Amino acid sequence: MIRLEKRPQPSRAWSMATPLVAVLATMIAGGLLFAILGKDPVEAIRTIFWEPLFGEFAFYYRPQLLIKGGPLVLIAIGLSLGFRAGIWNIGAEGQYIMGALFGAGMGLAFYPHEAWYIFPLMVLAGAFGGWLWAMIPALLKVRFGTNEILVSLMLVYVAEQFLASMSLGLLKNPEGFGFPGSRNLQQYESAHNADLIAGSGMHWGVVAALIAVIFAYVLLNRHMLGYQIRLTGEAPRAARFAGVKPARLILFCLGASGMLAGLAGMFEVSGPSGQVSIDFNVGYGFTAIIVAFLGRLHPVGIMLAGGLMALTYIGGDIAQSNMGLPSAAIQVFQGMLLFFLLAFDLLTNFRLRLGKPEVA
Amino acid sequence: MKLTKLLTGAAMALGLATSAMAEDKTKVGFVYVGPVGDGGWTYEHDQGRKAVVAEFGDKVETVYVENVAEGPDAERVITQMALQGADLIFTTSFGYMDPTINVAKKFPNVKFEHATGYKRADNVSTYSARFYEGRAVQGTIAGHMTKSNIVGYIGSYPIPEVIRGINSAYIHAKKVNPDVQFKIVWAFTWFDPAKEADAAKVLIEQGADVILQHTDSTAPQAAAQAAGNVITFGQASDMAEYGPLPRVSSIIDNWAPYYIARTKAVMDGTWTSVDTWDGIAPGMVGIGEISDAVPADVKAAALAIKDSIADGSYHPFTGPINKQDGSAWLAEGETADDGTLAGMNFFVEGIEGDIPQ
Repeated sequence: MIRLEKRPQPSRAWSMATPLVAVLATMIAGGLLFAILGKDPVEAIRTIFWEPLFGEFAFYYRPQLLIKGGPLVLIAIGLSLGFRAGIWNIGAEGQYIMGALFGAGMGLAFYPHEAWYIFPLMVLAGAFGGWLWAMIPALLKVRFGTNEILVSLMLVYVAEQFLASMSLGLLKNPEGFGFPGSRNLQQYESAHNADLIAGSGMHWGVVAALIAVIFAYVLLNRHMLGYQIRLTGEAPRAARFAGVKPARLILFCLGASGMLAGLAGMFEVSGPSGQVSIDFNVGYGFTAIIVAFLGRLHPVGIMLAGGLMALTYIGGDIAQSNMGLPSAAIQVFQGMLLFFLLAFDLLTNFRLRLGKPEVA
Repeated sequence: MKLTKLLTGAAMALGLATSAMAEDKTKVGFVYVGPVGDGGWTYEHDQGRKAVVAEFGDKVETVYVENVAEGPDAERVITQMALQGADLIFTTSFGYMDPTINVAKKFPNVKFEHATGYKRADNVSTYSARFYEGRAVQGTIAGHMTKSNIVGYIGSYPIPEVIRGINSAYIHAKKVNPDVQFKIVWAFTWFDPAKEADAAKVLIEQGADVILQHTDSTAPQAAAQAAGNVITFGQASDMAEYGPLPRVSSIIDNWAPYYIARTKAVMDGTWTSVDTWDGIAPGMVGIGEISDAVPADVKAAALAIKDSIADGSYHPFTGPINKQDGSAWLAEGETADDGTLAGMNFFVEGIEGDIPQ
């Protein structure tokens, strides 16, 4: 008989290994799925993981990895701070939208004036928008003890309504023949978050994501606040004895994650996306939750996980068009990744034992 | 700047190399906003793709990607198709407009066709269908069939395309039934079975016994079926599986003739950038079989409208028509011009409620 036995200490080795094991298991199970669909599984896996990095058109896909991964990493870094302390911001998607609206709104207010200070103002506005939206669940939690999971999630749908309203009303392109959607910021030089080196995919959002990774690493390992975050997550009682003020921590974690999500939205709307439209948000805020866990809530891990998720998206689209795989199969494939990660996570805290329990 | 040029150059060289390898095959790409199994908008575009395959057989290769989000993802997928040697790419959602134009700039030798947009270039055409012609037929049936005099309408987004449909349906329902009233719910989605079903239920609870939908799933049909005594119309595709009741007729998007013609034009080297807006007459808008649940005289009236639109003797927007605020729009006998229709952002007189801003 196989049974589970709780480890006295979480296994460091398994903690590091589970993401890799999960990726391997996903490849095998996904390969089986593709085989059942009548596609060559090896070719499908190769297309998803190899093609974007080293294939014939890798020169185009590699920059796209940065564009797709940048916002994921930026949001996930913010989320990971709260997750470590047991503060669950599930509404990054809403904060992402509000950041984009504030940022784009700031830029469009200046249109068609060109000046160097417009873009920095947009960055501030975007960060503020995301922060503001995250402050709602934070203050409600601190003041009334509401559940931040529910409040932040519900606010996503409110933000989506704002987005629709802005696309149809206040921010609608006056030269758009009545169609919804704002002016394209890519055509407004002062507000355009262009590639820093054309064609490299490296825009300010990617730079911000890298800075966030370094900042989070330093914060968690070298700073008192980071210590308090870790302590609260690992031993809440001890944290209280150590003088950690929970309210302050909630405001900081939700505020920081909201701000980073807002920045991600702002960099996206002024760069790769270009305009505020009803369908502007494509789920980065939710995917970032997966990225945060896939990266073990560790800044460097999140950076790698963001790259991996971006890879499955881009590779998945290539597999669809080259091999005729249905998009649902790709989504199942991505879902497997999280499923296996959580499943193998068990091995961090438990070990498998054969035979009957020994009598003590 | 230099790097972009270099990359574009490399891309084009590779593109040329790839197309040279598959010399006699024309590669046609399709970018879809929903799943091919949505039973509506994307399903019909995919039927068009299959018709291209059936027509040209070995001479074409088609590729498609479904569920492509509007924005940077669309731009990447379109670029990917162009890089891999597509000669012609159909982008089948309004939100693909700017991405299509962006990619088209980088690939001057690839032809692009964007559905329902208004931006064109030397290698970008636009195409759309005059669905409001079909709405005139639906409105006629709806006006006759409603007993509660309340017609429910599930709008997707308040864009000219949808507003045109509401106006056209209302004008023609009102013509045959002066007491008719429209209740409009905005779903803010093209495809979301759960939301669409909710919208249909709300409308039915408010007394609607006819449901018109401008969203793509069959969920409103199922909701009407469950409620009973409610009639519906198939949207984008026939949805015949819900006939003879609740589905009594449908508007069918028939892209096949257009897709075949444009693919042929690329093969022959006669492709040029055009703006196509076709209706019932050329067959881009089809009216699904009117079921036996509709009395014969109503069916005859509906078919008469359809025929008069098809032969050009009648325009669904013929004056006198006032705007919602009572101001005059079309004088007696005057017909609407395409420019106003394309950007239509007002309701006609008699419709209650505001267009969301």
